Amino acid sequence: MYLYNLTLQKPTGVVCAVNGNFIGGKTQEIVVARGKVLDLIRPDESGKIQTLYSVEVFGTVRSLIQFRLTGSQKDYLVVGSDSGRIIILEYNKERNVFDKVHQETFGKSGCRRIVPGQYVAVDPKGRAVMIGACEKQKLVYVLNRDTAARLTISSPLEAHKSHTIFYSITGVDCGFDNPMFAAIELDYSEADQDPTGQAASEAQKHLTFYELDLGLNHVSRRWSEPIDNGANMLVTVPGGGDGPSGVLVCAENFVIYKNQGHPDVRAVIPRRADLPAERGVLIVSIATHKQKSMFFFLLQTEYGDIFKVTLDYEGERVSNLKIKYFDTIPVTSAMCVLKTGFLFAASEFGNHALYQFQAIGSEEDVEATSATLMETEEGFQPVFFQPRKLKNLVRIDQIQSLMPIMDMKVANLFEEETPQIFTLCGRGPRSSLRILKPGLPVSDMASSSLPGLPNAVWTVKKNVSDEFDAYIVVSFPNATLVLSIGETVEEVSDSAFLDTTPSLAVSLLGDASLMQVHPNGIRHIREDGRVNEWKTPGKKTIVKVGSNRLQVVIALSGGELIYFEMDMTGQLMEVEKHEMPGDVACLDIAPVPEGRQRSRFLAVGSYDNTIRILSLDPDDCMQILSVQSVSSPPESLLLLEVQASIGGEDGADHPASVFLNAGLQNGVLFRTVVDMVTGQLTDTRSRFLGLRPPKLFSVMVRGRRAMICLSSRPWLGYIYQGHFLLTPLSYNALEYAASFSSDQCAEGVVAVSGEELKIFTIERLGEAFDESVIPLRYTPRKFILLPKWKSLVIIESDQGAFTAQEREESKKECFEMDGTNENGNAMDIAEEEDEERDDAFADEQYGYPKAASDKWASCIRILDPKKQGLDSTTCLLELQDNEAAFSLCTVNFHDKDHGVLLAVGTAMGLQFWPKRSITAGFIHIYKIVNDGRGIELLHKTKVEGVPLALCQFQGKLLAGVGSVLRVYDLGKKRLLRKCENKLFPNNIVSIHTYRDRIYVGDMQESFHYCKYRRDENQLYIFADDSVPRWLTSSFHIDFDTMAGADKFGNVYFVRLPQDISDEIEEDPTGGKIKWEQGKLNGAPNKLEEIVQFHVGDNVTCLQKASLIPGGGECIIYGTVMGSIGALLAFSSREEVDFFNHLEMHMRQEHPPLCGRDHMTYRSAYFPVKDVFDGDLCEQFPSLPYDLQKKIADELDRTPAEVLKKLEDIRNKII
Amino acid sequence: MQASDRFNINSQLEHLQAKYVGTGHADLNRFEWAVNIQRDSYASYIGHYPMLSYFALAENESIGRERYKFMQKMLLPCGLAPDREEE
Repeated sequence: MYLYNLTLQKPTGVVCAVNGNFIGGKTQEIVVARGKVLDLIRPDESGKIQTLYSVEVFGTVRSLIQFRLTGSQKDYLVVGSDSGRIIILEYNKERNVFDKVHQETFGKSGCRRIVPGQYVAVDPKGRAVMIGACEKQKLVYVLNRDTAARLTISSPLEAHKSHTIFYSITGVDCGFDNPMFAAIELDYSEADQDPTGQAASEAQKHLTFYELDLGLNHVSRRWSEPIDNGANMLVTVPGGGDGPSGVLVCAENFVIYKNQGHPDVRAVIPRRADLPAERGVLIVSIATHKQKSMFFFLLQTEYGDIFKVTLDYEGERVSNLKIKYFDTIPVTSAMCVLKTGFLFAASEFGNHALYQFQAIGSEEDVEATSATLMETEEGFQPVFFQPRKLKNLVRIDQIQSLMPIMDMKVANLFEEETPQIFTLCGRGPRSSLRILKPGLPVSDMASSSLPGLPNAVWTVKKNVSDEFDAYIVVSFPNATLVLSIGETVEEVSDSAFLDTTPSLAVSLLGDASLMQVHPNGIRHIREDGRVNEWKTPGKKTIVKVGSNRLQVVIALSGGELIYFEMDMTGQLMEVEKHEMPGDVACLDIAPVPEGRQRSRFLAVGSYDNTIRILSLDPDDCMQILSVQSVSSPPESLLLLEVQASIGGEDGADHPASVFLNAGLQNGVLFRTVVDMVTGQLTDTRSRFLGLRPPKLFSVMVRGRRAMICLSSRPWLGYIYQGHFLLTPLSYNALEYAASFSSDQCAEGVVAVSGEELKIFTIERLGEAFDESVIPLRYTPRKFILLPKWKSLVIIESDQGAFTAQEREESKKECFEMDGTNENGNAMDIAEEEDEERDDAFADEQYGYPKAASDKWASCIRILDPKKQGLDSTTCLLELQDNEAAFSLCTVNFHDKDHGVLLAVGTAMGLQFWPKRSITAGFIHIYKIVNDGRGIELLHKTKVEGVPLALCQFQGKLLAGVGSVLRVYDLGKKRLLRKCENKLFPNNIVSIHTYRDRIYVGDMQESFHYCKYRRDENQLYIFADDSVPRWLTSSFHIDFDTMAGADKFGNVYFVRLPQDISDEIEEDPTGGKIKWEQGKLNGAPNKLEEIVQFHVGDNVTCLQKASLIPGGGECIIYGTVMGSIGALLAFSSREEVDFFNHLEMHMRQEHPPLCGRDHMTYRSAYFPVKDVFDGDLCEQFPSLPYDLQKKIADELDRTPAEVLKKLEDIRNKII
Repeated sequence: MQASDRFNINSQLEHLQAKYVGTGHADLNRFEWAVNIQRDSYASYIGHYPMLSYFALAENESIGRERYKFMQKMLLPCGLAPDREEE
C-alpha cells in the first residue's frame, strides 16, 4: 500500500509569534509559527487579520525573534528550530516568499537537550543573536553588514556552561556598548551527586549576564547573581537612553527588576481572590510596547489575566515597579502589541483574537508595587483582585482555531452532497463542537426578495474608470429590472434600458456606453444618452451572446453567428457573419488583452457535443481554428487566464495560459488550455461538480479574474499562492451570478437564487472548510454518532474544575458579599445578576476557577447538530462526586429487549501525580429515550480501573479496564463478567472488533490482535506489534490491518502477514497451541509495519472517509495543533512512480525553508515507509519556472502536466 | 597528558563524554542512566509543542505552566541519587 499525504487544513494553533516590519516601510506584520508552518499575517484597514503568506517548513519551529540592523527599515527573522541550524529569513515582497539569508549548521537535528534551538535572543541593536538549548549550549553569532549592505553572520562563539539548565534567555539593552545577553540558569551538578538531598534543596537559580566583546570577538560570563527560585522568564527592559536597561525576571508570584550593580526591585503579582492558596501565579506570555517617550510591558498569567508593568526610574536607577491589573483574555501562547494600537493574542487553545486598545490602563485599578510590598513572617503579603469585563481592550476580530482536535468523525448527518466533519475542539470553557463542511466560507452582505422568478443578473459600471458598479440589472422571463447602486440599492427607471423585455446580456461597451442585448436586438446606449438599436433580421431571435468591452458576438436561432466590433467613433459595427451547422449552445469571448484592439478567440459550444474555437482576427475572421469534442453538450463557456505561478525574478518568465472552461450538461467542468497563437486546444482536465450543468461566470477575487461555477452547489476557481484552486463555496445553490463592487463591499458577488437577490463576499481565501461552532462546557473527550436519530453523544471532563452547581453557588456567595460590603442594597445584587446573565460567555473569557487537582467536573451531552448554538443540546447530564467520563459506545445486548443502550466508562477521583490512582471506576449503562433526545440511567457497575475503551462485541460489551480486557453481559442490576484476559501490558485505550477478531490498542505497546472462542469462553492474544508505540488513536482498516497514531506524531499501519492470518483462520484451535508458547514476552505472531509516516504533530483521531461524492476513500486525521490531513491510497503503479520521483526531486531541488532535511523529518522516529508527501509536492508551483522545467524534464513531462497531476490527486481527496 | 594519550580510546571517550551530555561509560549505574533518559525526555517534551499541549490538556494546566514544570523536573528527574556505598 502506498499513500499520499496531504494536509487539508493547516495547523491553526500558534507556538510563538513576533511582530515587526518584515515587508519594510510603515506597516507592521506578525510572523506566526504554527509548529511546522510559518505564516505572515497582518490586520487590514478594517481590522481583519489577513494572511499574506504561509509556508510549510517541514521541521519544528520552536522559537522566533526579529531583529533590525541599525539604520535599516526592515526586520529580519531568526528561527530556532529542530534542524540544528540557525536560520535567518527575510521577506521578499516582490515574490511574496521568505528568502533564506543565512543557514548555519551547529549541531545535530532533532529537538535535543543540548542542541540549541529552544531559545533565541537578539541584541536590541541588532548586532548579535544568541541561540540556546535547554541545557549547556548557547551560541552567539555576530551580525553585520558587508560593503554591499548585505547581512553577514560570523562563525559561532560559544557561551556554554555544562550541567546547567536554562529557563530563558534574552538580550539586554545597553545601547551601543558591547552586546549583553541575560539567562536564567540552574546548576544541577551537585544535586546529581548528593544522595542526602541537601544539594538539591539548596539548588539556586542564577541570573547570568553574558557579554560579547566585539573587539576581542569573545563571549564571557560577566555577572551572575542568585535570583528567586521560581524564575521562569526574562523580559528586556529598554536601555541606552530609552530606559534604565536591565531585565525583568518573571518568577512564580513575583516580578523582579534586576540589573548589574542595582538592588532588586520586587513586586508581587496580584492573585485572583478565588485561587487556592497552594497555587502560584506564573507569567506565561509577554508583550512589550515601546514608544519614544514611554514603554510598558503586558504580562499574562497562566489564568489569563494581563498585567501592565511600568517602572519609575531616573537615569539608570529604578525606584518603583508597578504591576497593575489590565484585563483578562483567554490564555495566550504569544502576544504582540502593534504600533497601530492593536493587540494580537494567539490563544494556546481555541480561537485567536485581535484586540484594539481603548485605553492603556491609566485608570485606577488593582495595583501591586514594589514600594508597597509587605514582607511578613509568612512571606510576602499577596494582593488580591477580581477579574472583570474588558475595560482597556475590545475584540475586533477572531481567527478560528481548531486546536486541539480531541476527536473527529466524518458523517453526512445533514444529508448534503458532501459529508461533514464533526470535530471536538478546545478546552475547558472554550471547548466546542465544530462542524466543518468542505468549502470556502462565505459571508452574506445583503439579501432581498424580487417580484418574480429572475433568470439572470448583471452588474455594470457607467464608465470604465469607475471604481464601483452603477447598476444591478435583473432579467425576468418577460421584463428587466434595473437597480442603481448607491448608499442603498433601489429601482430606477431613467437608465435607458429596455424594461419590457428579458435581457440576454448587459455590459459596459467601449469607455462609457452601455449595451443591453435582448431577444430581438441589441440596444446600445451611448454616453450622451443617444440610443442605437440593432434589430434582428426577420423572425429570428437572439439566443446567445458573448461580449467583451469592444467585441460582441450574437448567435441567432438557427445557428447564425453575427460578429460586431466597436469602431473608433464608438459605433457598434457588424463585421462578419458565420453560419454554424446547428443551434449554438453557448459562446464566450475573452476580455480584450491590454494594449490590443481585440481578443483573438471566440469559443462556441454546440449541441453536437463539440466546442469550436473561431478566430476574430480580420485576416481569417470566423475561421474555425480548432474543434474539441466533449462528452455532453456544453452549457456554458468561459475563457480564463491563469497565471499559475509567480516564479522567476519578476514573474514574467512564467507564461500565463488561457484556459477554456466549459460546463457540460452532465455536470462536468471541462478545462483545456488554449494555445495563444494557433488556438489549438491541449491538456484537458475534467471534474464533476454537481448534478446540474455548471454555469460559469467571471468575478474578481483579490483583484484577479476568477471563475464561479454554479452547479447543484456553487464553486469558485481562483488562484491562491500560485495554485489554481477549484473549491466549493459553502452556500446554497444559485441560479446566476455576477461580480459586485460598491462602496460598502469592494469585492463581492451578486447572485439570484429562487426569488431572491443575494450579495455576498468571499473573505477567507485558501481555507478548505467552512465551520459552524456549538459551544460545550468542559474539555470534550470523545463522542459517538447515533445514526438512527442523527444525533451525537459527547462526553466532556475537566480536571481541577468545579461542577456547574458549585460554580453557581460560589458566584452567588461572591455577589452577596459584594452587595453587603458595598451598600447592602438588594437592588444592586439583582442588577449584577442580570449583568452576569448578559455576559453568558464570561467563563470563556476568564476561564473556570481552579480547583484542587483531584476535583473533576464532567458531563454527558446529547446534541442535535442540526440546531444552532445552545438549543442543540437536548440532554445534559452532569456527573457528580468527582466522576469523569472517559469512554463511551453504543451497545446492543442480544436477547434483551432494551434496544440500543449507551455505555459510558468513568473514573472517580482520578489523579496522575505522584502516581496514577483512582477511588473507583464505573461503567454506566443508559437507556436512550425520547427518540434519541435523552438518556436514562439503567445501572452502574463498579470496576477496578479506569475503563478507557468500550466496544460492542457479539451482543456483549467489551471493556478495557486498566490492563484487563473483559466481556460483560447485561444483568438486571449490574453488568455481569463473562470472560477476561489480563495479559495486556499497560492500559487498554482502544478496542475495535471485526467478526470474531478483537483489535486492542495498548497505551504504550501498540496493537494486540485477539480472538474470542465462544465454546471455551476464552479471550486470547494471537498477534502483537514488536514496536512499543504510545497509541493516541487507532482505526480499523481491514481484517488484518490497523491504522494507528502514536504520541510522537507518527501515523502507521500494521498488518498481520497473509499466511499467518490464513493459518489462524484455518487452525481449528485458532492458533491457540502456538499462543501458549509466545515469543519475545508477547504473542506468538508479530504484526508487520506496512506504512510509517511522521506527521510532526500529535494525531488524536483517525477515520476512513471520502470527503467528496465519488472520491477515493482516504484516512482523515486530526491533530492537537488543529490541522486536518488525509492519506490517500494510490490506485496505480504509474502514479506511485510519478509521485515517488517528484518527491525525490523536490527534496533535492527545494530543501525545506528552516533547514531540516525533508526525509529525516518524515523519518524522525521511524524511517518513513510508503508514504509520499503531498505537502512537499504541492510546493512545486511555487518554484521558479526554470526549476519546474528541470524537474519536469527529469520526469519526462512538462510543468503543466505535473501541475495537472497535482491538481488531479487533490481533486480525488477534496 | 602525553601526546600518545590523545589517541587512546579512553581519552577519546572522555572527550565525547565531555562534549555530548549523556554519553555512557562502562561504569554507568542505573541511576545515572535513568537520569539522562529522563532529562532527554523532558527536553524533548519541551521542544515539541504539540506534545507539551497534549500534556497540558491531560492535566488541565496552561502550556506555560507545563513547560515550567518540566524544566523544574530536570533538576531531580529520578529523585535523590543512591548512596555510593550501596552500589
